[in-house]
Amino acid sequence: MTTTSAAPGAATPPAGAPLLEVRDVRKHFPGRSAGLFGRRGNPVKAVDGVSFALHQGETLGLVGESGCGKSTTGRVIAKLIEPTSGSIRFQGKEIADLSTGQMRPLRREVQMIFQDPYSSLNPRHTIGTIVGSPFRIQGAHPEGGIKKAVQGLMERVGLNPEHYNRYPHEFSGGQRQRIGIARALALRPQLIVCDEPVSALDVSVQAQVVNLLEDLQNEFGLAYVFIAHDLSVVRHISDRVAVMYLGKIMEITDRDTLYEAPMHPYTHALLSAVPIPDPTVEARRERILLTGDLPSPSNPPSGCVFHTRCPKYRDQLSDGERERCRTEEPVLEDKRPGQSVYCHFAEVRSDIIDGEAPAPRSTGIREVIRKTAAGAPGTGIE
Amino acid sequence: MASTTPAPAVATARDAELFLSVEDLKVHFPTEDGLVKSVDGLSFELRRGEILGIVGESGSGKSVTAQAILGLHKGSRARISGHIWLDGRDLVPLSDEEMRGVRGSEIAMIFQDPLSSLHPFYTIGDQIAEAYRVHNKVSAREARARTIEMLEKVGIPNAPGRVDDYPHQFSGGMRQRAMIAMALICQPKLLIADEPTTALDVTVQAQILELIKDLRDELNSAVILITHDLGVVAETCDHVVVMYGGQCVEKGSVDDVFELPEMPYTWGLLGSMPRMDRVRQERLTPIPGQPPSLINVPTGCVFNTRCRFSDHVEGRRCFTEHPQLLPTAPGHEVRCHIEPEERRRLFELEIKPKL
Ligand SMILES: Nc1ncnc2c1ncn2[C@@H]1O[C@H](COP(=O)(O)OP(=O)(O)OP(=O)(O)O)[C@@H](O)[C@H]1O
Ligand SMILES: Nc1ncnc2c1ncn2[C@@H]1O[C@H](COP(=O)(O)OP(=O)(O)OP(=O)(O)O)[C@@H](O)[C@H]1O
Ligand code: SF4
Ligand code: SF4
Ligand SMILES: [Mg+2]
Ligand SMILES: [Mg+2]
Repeated sequence: MTTTSAAPGAATPPAGAPLLEVRDVRKHFPGRSAGLFGRRGNPVKAVDGVSFALHQGETLGLVGESGCGKSTTGRVIAKLIEPTSGSIRFQGKEIADLSTGQMRPLRREVQMIFQDPYSSLNPRHTIGTIVGSPFRIQGAHPEGGIKKAVQGLMERVGLNPEHYNRYPHEFSGGQRQRIGIARALALRPQLIVCDEPVSALDVSVQAQVVNLLEDLQNEFGLAYVFIAHDLSVVRHISDRVAVMYLGKIMEITDRDTLYEAPMHPYTHALLSAVPIPDPTVEARRERILLTGDLPSPSNPPSGCVFHTRCPKYRDQLSDGERERCRTEEPVLEDKRPGQSVYCHFAEVRSDIIDGEAPAPRSTGIREVIRKTAAGAPGTGIE
Repeated sequence: MASTTPAPAVATARDAELFLSVEDLKVHFPTEDGLVKSVDGLSFELRRGEILGIVGESGSGKSVTAQAILGLHKGSRARISGHIWLDGRDLVPLSDEEMRGVRGSEIAMIFQDPLSSLHPFYTIGDQIAEAYRVHNKVSAREARARTIEMLEKVGIPNAPGRVDDYPHQFSGGMRQRAMIAMALICQPKLLIADEPTTALDVTVQAQILELIKDLRDELNSAVILITHDLGVVAETCDHVVVMYGGQCVEKGSVDDVFELPEMPYTWGLLGSMPRMDRVRQERLTPIPGQPPSLINVPTGCVFNTRCRFSDHVEGRRCFTEHPQLLPTAPGHEVRCHIEPEERRRLFELEIKPKL
């Protein structure tokens, strides 16, 4: 458990007023002007009605396929872009329509670690300037001076403090990612939106950074929105997890329930695609394949947005039930206490990961490691 | 989908053709603080049709090595020595101009940082089509058709509708795939892919790795795959180089290195992987300590500040004498003072049971 507030396995978020409350937030980007006539295409519905709450000291994992709207959700919450509609309450205060100026005092409370480390670092500034800038912008005077504070931060993220005067291009990819992390931690905010914060790091440094984020959370009650595509890291760090598809949340619940008793067919498919490096478990698992292309967010399917690829729709429903999937959009609602699901026919499945049996030691390590790779073959009991 | 069989052993017929041979490569950057020895005496070989994985700690010199092969340090302050033989020609002495020709026609690279290699003011489609037309005398229309086809292959949904997007309109994973499309459309003889799948979920990742294998199978191209994902290496590569502190500390066939790793850093790397099928650990286990300074490289073994096995070596050789990269089995080389027998015993007894 990484937090003091949420009880392990609690199906409901901790009681008390949430730190962040997001309700029905949308972000639609204007469509491209298409063809010769310059018609405006449909808007890109990158985020389309997202709601969740996050408490102090809590971590919400945000997962889903590439392009489903995770970064856009993160940027909207951090108020780096304006939502098209919806409400974002931070510490009880509505911030969705605050101007940049009005947001300034809140800036130190909400920080973001960016997915593209290099492009978020000014190439003409030294790392000392970059990591120290939050102090300067906010007029903060850390004990012992800014330089000392910055070097302390560098050390905590595993960067050599002697590199204070170096420029971003002189760092490696993983080092740049950690510069972004140090900068976000500088003012010890209440909430950090971490967008793929460890994706460029080798497993050892990744473990170090994840442990650091957990320590800071325990010490200072930080809350995180943790965006990542690596489901094992998300499982490690999150208290609750939201699964996104085409700009909407498909399922949101506490970590253990999500991994052990997921209800949405999309969650089932996502989890079944993660290879388990244990051949006996792998042999009895079902690999749920998604067929068809990811629909375009500017032209989402009618009814349930997942119906064009839903394995359940394809294989298990009657014509009448299918009709309902196609015409009536589900709402994200509690199907079991603390487990909200966007699906008319949600059903618990607890066989998706199934790691109960002890791992046999008969197979070679390469085989085991290989299975953690993408696309290691499932046994495909389709 | 990936095949069930492990990567085939390299065919003997190919053995004759050493396509790329890096010999004692050094890349040093003079800075105010001193000389940064980012790559310090690296050697490896690559045959046609082979996929070589490079793994290692963040900051260990993987990307700098790739940039050196591509000649991207030419004209900078970097000091480069050693040899990079590509198809019998040494690339190190070539001029920037000559190197540009080699980059265009023979080597393509997928960069670690997608945004830095996509131009913000041109559409994705124009940039990929442009890359294609540099090597293929085709009409703009044909190039565009090829571009859309390639974007579809890397899994961009609604590719015809998105080909005219600008990079900022793509998500992180889509940009990464756009860059992969740009590299693959050139059909290079040598592809260097630097963390090509970091931003991608498992399904798309599998699709990309298949495309890279197709390039190898169809054109007999050679591939260098830099990644921190050991699963990807196990799944895709024939050989692997493990780097630490600018040096190769272990190399060999993936089977050998993953089945019987002999260097303590490799052990630490294998031990840090989070696993979804295991009971969730309270804490992940990183290798304790910090990476070495590349300016004041420690005397003795580069890993000595973090190694918990140095007492298995007599005297204080780990701290006084730089270990050589020595063969321990045919095709498997290790840089460590511990006797090979003892290393294998330690691995079986202390490391393997905990993996
Ligand atoms: N500025 C923009 N203009 C137009 N479309 C955009 C813009 N930014 C994002 N999009 C689109 O919105 C959708 C969601 O993008 P987003 O970056 O949020 O995805 P993501 O879930 O973070 O994906 P990834 O895992 O690849 O980073 C994508 O289809 C993307 O192309
Ligand atoms: N232009 C430069 N000037 C000075 N030092 C540099 C320069 N470029 C890279 N370095 C240093 O060289 C080392 C190796 O960098 P490189 O980018 O090759 O690491 P890497 O192995 O690719 O790491 P990552 O996995 O984090 O991408 C790093 O410690 C980096 O700080
Ligand atoms: S509502 Fe229907 S189509 Fe949508 S997820 Fe549920 S079963 Fe599948
Ligand atoms: S040479 Fe010594 S310090 Fe280096 S890896 Fe071997 S035992 Fe450890
Ligand atoms: Mg993103
Ligand atoms: Mg790198």
